[in-house]
Amino acid sequence: MLKQCEGSHAVAEAVALCRPEVICAYPISPQTHIVEGIGEMVKSGELKDCEFINVESEFAAMSVAIGSSAAGARTYTATASQGLLYMVEAVYNASGLGLPIVMTVANRAIGAPINIWNDHSDSLSQRDCGWIQLFAETNQEALDLHIQAFKLAEEVSLPVMVCMDGFILTHAYERVDMPTQEQVDAYLPAYEPRQVLDTAEPVSIGAMVGPEAFMEVRYLAHARQMQALERIPQLAAEFKSVFGREAGGLVRPYRCEDAETIVIAMGSVLGTLKDTVDAMRDAGQKIGVLGITSFRPFPLVAVAAALKNCKRFVVLEKSLAVGIGGIVATNVRMAVTGMGLKGYTVIAGLGGRAITVKSLAGMLEKAGRDELDLVTFLDLDWKAVNKQLELEKTKRRSGPVAEALLRHAGIVGARNY
Amino acid sequence: MDKPFAITLNPGSSLANHTGSWRTARPVYLDRLPPCNNQCPAGEDIQGWLFDAESGGYEAAWRHLTRDNPFAAIMGRVCYHSCESACNRGKIDEAVGINSVERFLGDEAIKRGWKFAAPARESGKKVLIVGAGPSGMSAAYHLRRMGHAVTVMDAGPYMGGMMRFGIPKYRLPREVLDAEMQRIVDMGVTVRLNSKVDNILEQMKSGGAGGSFDAAFLAVGAHIGKRAMIPSGDAARIVDAISVLRSMEGEDKPLLGRRVVVYGGGNTAVDVARTVKRMGAEPIIVYRRTRDKAPAHDFEIEEALQEGVMVKWLSTIKQAGDKEITIEKMALDDKGFPQPTGEFETLEADSVVLALGQDVDLGLLNGVPGLEVTKDGVVKVGTDLMTGHPGIFAGGDMVPAERNVTVAVGHGKKAARNIDAWLRGETYAPPPKHEVAQFEKLNPWYYADAPKTVRPMLDIIRRQSTFDEVQGGLDESNALFEARRCLSCGNCFECDNCYGVCPDNAVIKLGPGKRFQFNYDYCKGCGVCVAECPCGAIRMEAEEI
Amino acid sequence: MSAQQTVKFYQTGTFTVGNRLLAPEERSVQANMQRTNSINSGHRACQGCGEALGARYAIDAAMNATKRQLIAANATGCLEVFSTPYPETSWQIPWIHSLFGNTAAVGTGIAAAIKVKRQKGELREDVRVVAQGGDGGTTDIGFGCLSGMFERNDDVLYICYDNGGYMNTGVQRSSATPPAARTATTMPVGPEPGNPFGQGKFVPAIAMAHEIPYVATATVADLRDLEAKVTKAMGIRGARYIHILVPCPLGWGTASHDTIRMARLAKETGIFPVFEAEHGEIKSALAIRRQLPVEDYLRPQKRYAHLFGKKPAVDTIARIQAIADKNIRRYGLLENQH
Repeated sequence: MLKQCEGSHAVAEAVALCRPEVICAYPISPQTHIVEGIGEMVKSGELKDCEFINVESEFAAMSVAIGSSAAGARTYTATASQGLLYMVEAVYNASGLGLPIVMTVANRAIGAPINIWNDHSDSLSQRDCGWIQLFAETNQEALDLHIQAFKLAEEVSLPVMVCMDGFILTHAYERVDMPTQEQVDAYLPAYEPRQVLDTAEPVSIGAMVGPEAFMEVRYLAHARQMQALERIPQLAAEFKSVFGREAGGLVRPYRCEDAETIVIAMGSVLGTLKDTVDAMRDAGQKIGVLGITSFRPFPLVAVAAALKNCKRFVVLEKSLAVGIGGIVATNVRMAVTGMGLKGYTVIAGLGGRAITVKSLAGMLEKAGRDELDLVTFLDLDWKAVNKQLELEKTKRRSGPVAEALLRHAGIVGARNY
Repeated sequence: MDKPFAITLNPGSSLANHTGSWRTARPVYLDRLPPCNNQCPAGEDIQGWLFDAESGGYEAAWRHLTRDNPFAAIMGRVCYHSCESACNRGKIDEAVGINSVERFLGDEAIKRGWKFAAPARESGKKVLIVGAGPSGMSAAYHLRRMGHAVTVMDAGPYMGGMMRFGIPKYRLPREVLDAEMQRIVDMGVTVRLNSKVDNILEQMKSGGAGGSFDAAFLAVGAHIGKRAMIPSGDAARIVDAISVLRSMEGEDKPLLGRRVVVYGGGNTAVDVARTVKRMGAEPIIVYRRTRDKAPAHDFEIEEALQEGVMVKWLSTIKQAGDKEITIEKMALDDKGFPQPTGEFETLEADSVVLALGQDVDLGLLNGVPGLEVTKDGVVKVGTDLMTGHPGIFAGGDMVPAERNVTVAVGHGKKAARNIDAWLRGETYAPPPKHEVAQFEKLNPWYYADAPKTVRPMLDIIRRQSTFDEVQGGLDESNALFEARRCLSCGNCFECDNCYGVCPDNAVIKLGPGKRFQFNYDYCKGCGVCVAECPCGAIRMEAEEI
Repeated sequence: MSAQQTVKFYQTGTFTVGNRLLAPEERSVQANMQRTNSINSGHRACQGCGEALGARYAIDAAMNATKRQLIAANATGCLEVFSTPYPETSWQIPWIHSLFGNTAAVGTGIAAAIKVKRQKGELREDVRVVAQGGDGGTTDIGFGCLSGMFERNDDVLYICYDNGGYMNTGVQRSSATPPAARTATTMPVGPEPGNPFGQGKFVPAIAMAHEIPYVATATVADLRDLEAKVTKAMGIRGARYIHILVPCPLGWGTASHDTIRMARLAKETGIFPVFEAEHGEIKSALAIRRQLPVEDYLRPQKRYAHLFGKKPAVDTIARIQAIADKNIRRYGLLENQH
């Protein structure tokens, strides 16, 4: 059924269609509307047989999720940014214990300085936590990925993060095709846990494992992500057969056939990129886009295959590995090892900085001429940065950097922001 | 369940880890000797029968008790219960009222008509017992249980010996005495009363119907009152205490007048004074030392005083006249001995009763080869109670020992065991004694607070005028209460503490009556079980490493 | 004497584990020959471990009360480490260890799952949840989740095994470490040796402030009281908290055989008040049976050895006595003595 709604509510409805049994809610922007939406459905009785728990922190949210999932309940929560970081210990624990929890991460920057706007720093900080991470390009895909996520998580017994850009997707009103309960039920079977806290068959979950077996346990977690790598395209295909549309998969190439330059990105920026590429194609440039849907497991083979005929690639990412550059780019470079491609890293959109078609087009044209720096900060205010760097050279105590930068940018004080 | 590797484990699988290897010391169960049992002159397993009584198994308790002493009802009245002085519970609140429970069991046995079984097999041996007192009848009982044919001969007209002729009926009602004596006769013991044995060897030879006796046990008691040389006029009436008490059993009650002076400070003196008080006289005890030096039990003196018996402490009789006596005041010297002071006093006295101790009539032993007599006029015996003459044993007041009913009953048992062995040509070897369970070995925390139950006492008016029993018995509920006050010193009473407190579940509970066992596969040797055993029935022993 | 005592037996006293004179249904859970031994033999707790004992007492009682329909969540700590080192576990019940500071929340999650499964008819049994941890995992790092579980009144019994410090990591101070006690992070040096006075928190009182249906304290020295409290707690829905004092031979510097004795002394001196509260109100306190000065409790413990040197720290001991006296007043520990 087609409907016009906010991204958060689309996700809330999709999650509800998956018949979750326990949901933990803790408010943090921009995720909050999702759990609000589900909470209302539970309270009204629209979503039956579901416990909606208002917890006291994200750490508790993930911990409650661990308990309920281990006890055999289909469990969901959502978070973002600081919240994800606050629950990190439990995030690792959930994957270590192999609990198929599904969590929406409404991607947002990480402070300090505190910033509520979108980038991918939060999810990508957890790239090695053992969770599967799927990135949605649109609200429709966010909705569809949640349905796939439960099935994937439960099949491979690993938790899944569905990552969607905060505000850009969560707060955007778009038309979505909301599936029916029958469709979801046909696609997603009831949860059959691999291990469960059951008085009829007691087990001890979460043993202390020493050097004699720890590496094997870690390897097995890796092996299960490798299994997921195989299952993700199959699940996308199965999804298409039930719901009649493309969603998910590992990577999504756009106009890559004869492309000499391929720009790689994750999430909602893919839409802007496609518009930019369309215009550049119209201008005769051989350029394409490769969207990565599955960041973990990382589809090394699929990425290499998509890039095998190009001359160069540009990774546009909303995250920064401070001290080295890109995160996604580093992963892509591993995929193309030995292929002799030129590769560029473009850091863009941090903390909600708008990524415009104009900036993208300029940057990509430069890339096409191989004039781009290896690591580029898109639309960086060099004037402000350089001024601050000068100041710091002369003065030991230069004051808070963020505030100084805002002053340079013409905004008077952070406290008024 | 398709369990994940290593992080998810099967329940209880730690049994594979034998933590017993950590141990440097191991707990072991043991039995220690309870101080009451250790103290009992009759060798009763007091703790054992209290255990049976605790669950209301009174017949089992009585049968357990009478394995060692057939006279529960008598003991419950006349035993001086030194067990209670030894009782560890006295260090917590008050000693367990062992004597009261014993009496309850004895009375219950009489009330319910519980009998002793006759022996399953006859040994074919014949034993002669001289004296139907506590020692003789105790020996008769034990020997009969062992299957021997027993004949008891006594010079007197009734069974009981000093229990009848030395203990007033207000302390031991005669129907109780008769019942416990008859129960032994009913086992098939032959008792011949009014049959004085003048010569033991001849008596043994002449035997009975079945030929001569194979062994003899002499327990004739000490019935001859000691006399003291008191200058006295012809008209003075001086008698001995034993005669007075004995005459209480016959038709002719003694004629002592109104003012009766009792001379002596022992239990017999008190018994006589209380007896004559009940006959309407005004007794006054004259004793040369102080109350705390008097050999009589303090509770008996206390009861006598309550009943109106007068006492002149630190006094000796210098002269006895027709209607009065002269006494001299004494003073204790540094060593606690009384010394004359030269101060005199006159007391009204219609008669003087001498309660100065008793001697043994050893006439029947004349001409017995090997037999020896001590300078105190009692028969020398070995630790097996055999006299110098093989096959003749002796016990009770006629051998060197403390003279009381319980000691005498104990002699009867001990003699019976030795006679039984001797009859088989063997020597009786008593089983080794366990170490005594001292209070320090206990963990008294676990015993709930419960002061002793006081037995009812007869009101004072009736005590002064009748021979009704002074001390009442416990009823069932308080006898049960009293039995349950026992700490079970040194012997497991299956309180489950060791089973409960082991942090390693290394104690195996074997079930009711079967106690516990350590599982050394897992016991780490922490010693909590030892520390928390209420009754001191576990000990740590170093492991050999 | 415990409120639950109905029959007074003297020799076999109410204080012992078992009692052959009681009807089987009135006997303690630990006395049962077929008791569940929720923590099996072979665990790697130190000799004389109070926590191993307290946990078995509590969980056996809870298993008994729930007819074995019990799931436990366990915080990181001694109890977790000694009971579940791969490849063996000592637990007989479904059990999960997640993290150090989230056990109450894990318990909440399990309870939520059970509730849904019951609603849906997928679970026939009325399965109940216990969450448990040491004092570090409860009063410090796990306190946020604990408080959250309390205020939501989730159907979880949380049991804290309090041994007064982080023993698993080598005896460091926690917010349950008592004043003056030596730990590796409160050494007996300087002008105020040992753990400072005026710090720490007593979580049972904080639990009461949440007005949850049931809060109780207990020690391993009074099994029947402990079992009665666990049984009572399992008969109540909502958040419940039981705080059990479990002496630690390692951390306290006591002989392994003195574990129960130390708990008894803590109670008899008034250092550790044993009581029950319902909906924020104290309902009963276990009276001191034979009152003792705190010195009797302190002296056997090496963690207080600095108080009993050549020159005894009389003032410090008096300050500790004052704490005990305050407990006695506040909880009425000398009232209703038997």
